[in-house]
Amino acid sequence: MTLVLLLACAVILVATSVLAVAMARTAAATPVVYGSCLFASLLSCAAAVAALLQGAAPANLALPLGVPWLGAHFRLDALSAYFVAVVSLGAGAASLFALGYGRHEHAPARVLPFYPAFLAGMSLVVLADDAFTFLASWEFMSLTSWAMVMAHHRDRENVRAGYVYLVMAGFGTLALLLTFGLLAGPHGGYAFADIRTAHPSAAPAALVLILALVGAGSKAGLVPLHVWLPLAHPAAPSHVSALMSGVMTKVAVYGFVRIVFDLLGPPAWWWSIVVLALGGITAVMGVLYALMQHDLKRLLAYHTVENIGIIFIGLGLALAFKAHGMEFAAALAMTAGLLHVLNHSVFKSLLFFGAGAVLTSTGERDMERLGGLIHRMPQTAFVFLVGCAAISALPPLNGFVSEWLTFQAILLSPQLPSWGLKLLVPAVGALLALSAALAAACFVKAFGVTFLGRPRTPAAAGAPETDRFSLAAMFFLAALCLVAGVLPGLFVDALAPVMHAFVGARMPVQASVEWLSIVPIAQSRSSYNGLLVFLFTVISGTLAAFAIHRLASDRLRRAPAWDCGTPDPSPATQYSAASFAQPIRRVFGTIVFRAREHAEMPPPGDMRPARLTVELHDLVWEALYAPLAGAVGFAAERLNRLQFLTIRQFLTLVFAALVILLLGLAIWP
Amino acid sequence: MAVIVDLAVQGGQMLLVLLLAPLLTGLVRKTKARLLRRRGPALLQPYRDLVRLMRKEVVLAESASWLFRVIPYLVFAATWVAASLVPTFRTGLLFSWSADLIAIIALLGSARFFLALAGMDVGTSFGGIGSSREVMIASLAEPAMIMVVFTLALVAGSTQLSTIAGALLNSEVGLRVSLGLALVALMMVALAENARIPVDNPATHLELTMVHEAMVLEYSGRHLALIDLAASLKLLLYVSLIACVFAPWGIARPDAGPAALALGLASYLGKLAIGGGALALFETSIAKMRVFRVPEFLGAGLMLGLLATLLLFVSRSL
Repeated sequence: MTLVLLLACAVILVATSVLAVAMARTAAATPVVYGSCLFASLLSCAAAVAALLQGAAPANLALPLGVPWLGAHFRLDALSAYFVAVVSLGAGAASLFALGYGRHEHAPARVLPFYPAFLAGMSLVVLADDAFTFLASWEFMSLTSWAMVMAHHRDRENVRAGYVYLVMAGFGTLALLLTFGLLAGPHGGYAFADIRTAHPSAAPAALVLILALVGAGSKAGLVPLHVWLPLAHPAAPSHVSALMSGVMTKVAVYGFVRIVFDLLGPPAWWWSIVVLALGGITAVMGVLYALMQHDLKRLLAYHTVENIGIIFIGLGLALAFKAHGMEFAAALAMTAGLLHVLNHSVFKSLLFFGAGAVLTSTGERDMERLGGLIHRMPQTAFVFLVGCAAISALPPLNGFVSEWLTFQAILLSPQLPSWGLKLLVPAVGALLALSAALAAACFVKAFGVTFLGRPRTPAAAGAPETDRFSLAAMFFLAALCLVAGVLPGLFVDALAPVMHAFVGARMPVQASVEWLSIVPIAQSRSSYNGLLVFLFTVISGTLAAFAIHRLASDRLRRAPAWDCGTPDPSPATQYSAASFAQPIRRVFGTIVFRAREHAEMPPPGDMRPARLTVELHDLVWEALYAPLAGAVGFAAERLNRLQFLTIRQFLTLVFAALVILLLGLAIWP
Repeated sequence: MAVIVDLAVQGGQMLLVLLLAPLLTGLVRKTKARLLRRRGPALLQPYRDLVRLMRKEVVLAESASWLFRVIPYLVFAATWVAASLVPTFRTGLLFSWSADLIAIIALLGSARFFLALAGMDVGTSFGGIGSSREVMIASLAEPAMIMVVFTLALVAGSTQLSTIAGALLNSEVGLRVSLGLALVALMMVALAENARIPVDNPATHLELTMVHEAMVLEYSGRHLALIDLAASLKLLLYVSLIACVFAPWGIARPDAGPAALALGLASYLGKLAIGGGALALFETSIAKMRVFRVPEFLGAGLMLGLLATLLLFVSRSL
């Protein structure tokens, strides 16, 4: 029943898409399309949450669509329900935001038809129960999002972003296609039910793992497959950026979980090593890249890379525990990973909305041309600050809970018997801690340079507060950050059916723990109570404020800034994004980005200003992608000659090809 | 009845840390001055400073936002809550389970996050330099601290501070290489987090060497008082933490009677005095580092912590 309802929501979305094509040029299109998307998303979110909380048995549905001998299979189990809830929550928030934000769109006809289709594609991926439906929905999702990346196609940067995205998306889908081919085996059972029962032997299973990591990882943004993400996510309109960063990457995580935890059968011990290593590297590289950015949306996109790394660390730990039969630890690690899926989608959407609001109010994405927005946009600044604190894993907000659970899972890993893991896991723990600390640094920079200080341009000085719909969406997500942070037990319990299904155990029931704490294993071991921490902080802060205003002076005088006695009225004397990141660039960047600073000092007596230039190298791009692109270009150049052959030469070519193929067939045993 | 006693003890600890924190700062200053053959300010001078600041008016920069005025309270509240959760004279406090050691570190992280934002708020170059250096230091100190937490948690089988203190009180744990490494790492982190020499100088007002002081340069009056009090609380927290984990002797058990509580209190005061004296001695015997030597210092701390954790992953008895 719920499954039919969810599919009906997807149908509503596709119908909205068709409607949008028809009425794209009318003024009413924006509210109608986004209103309809909001309705469908809320409906499917409510249905999915209800299904998850009831712990309903998996529901199946086969429709006579698609490939004739296969049909289209759909299935709603706990994992699908959870991810549908995450997807439609993000979609609902984005639609609400877009009710206001969409009005500023100067080319609505390039966004409106694709937006509902994109939402439908994401839900269908999560509900698919056979390889064909999965891949078709996956491609649908990729192509519709690509179309929206290209919405502002007159911008040269966007064209490049769209091109790289298309190539990487095609590459990822190819890897997934091969994954399912290997999983289906020689008999071609492409329904997930058939794949589940047929466990591949060790070598194909290893290949499937690698291919799934490449396919799902390229969509999710695992380093080194992340290159498209910081280009494409910022290029789209902001509500679409929020969906791509906050939600579409989670659909990729779903794909990975579905293939590796469900379809592939029992894990081998070394799988987790690959996943953990990739997760750790992704987390730290993502945040280091982010620290070097001064484009607000690109910074946020790189942070998605970091958070995907954190999620994969959780999943990798779960794989390690599962492979060694430690079900309870696996449940803890996987809960941590999946909880971070929800948390990241909430605060990343919030932050992208904030960036979108800044973009509409000032027309700027470059932080070096913003500043002081807290005075002009106080409400946006407040919710953006909540998002920054949440993503920096500060208690009592939600980002901290999932990182805390991941740390607790790491602390269980000395019991793992394999030596490789024993040595790797502490290192991954250090990488996770490093990325959390760097994320806090990065968001001090993002918020501090954008919203605090003095305005650096007239556009920033005259920015108006954003509209009510956008604010409503942002306040809703900010409230969710707090609720998920102070009442994490509810979310942990909601994930219990998923844990039962995929690792065979669950975390202890959190609802019965007194004072709504969360207790991963036992209270004497570790417990955390976000609610009490929040209340204590609020009470002691209020107490301090009350005592001081009662007993001490409450006089206040406005005066020019002190600045050690030499204040300078020019806003250029403030710390900028580049100068803020300079110490970290010097500490980490000299190795990771081969960062170099060149100071150009004019000779004495010359009145020219001195110049400081910073040189950064994206080593992943230079070492991996540039040679690859060069090789492809070279081969294409050479093979280009084939297009200008005479008819005789073409015939020879065809004949030779035929002979070679027949020879191959003859030699084949 | 037991709940009331527990509440009283928890409330007593909250007041105790708040009242003792300026005294510890005064003690460190006084000892440093005596070691330098100066007479130094009175032990109670930090209290007088706080009262004086509270009475003064606040001079707020014209470009300061609402956030700038809220942050002192936030920073103070987060630090105070964190300091109240570290066992001082008795383990097993009423609310000790509401946040484990990782959460306490993260609470301090919240305080620093907001303080760094305050440095950026007015839009001056000194605030920015302080904030950017502070987050650079924190980006290495926090992972090092987490590694220390890992070490302790693996030895004691828990991240709860009360349980860790109880476990380390048992003689079975004994001397371990990993604990030694963790102690050194924790001390390095504590020096960095509290802006002490050799990482930062709490007494300096020479512009280019300031980190913490540069961040709070624009604060005055009651706001500055709160931030100074929070800084004192943080110093007390770290001394209490080191004392509770590495020198838990004398600390009262949860079921202790009044005599044991008195003993716990006396031993805690003794540990604070020793900790403050040791800090003063260390600070007078070493020079401040250049800012870009700090990453090497903290990187060494991180590596020590990682090594300690790795040793425990390899063998539970190291």
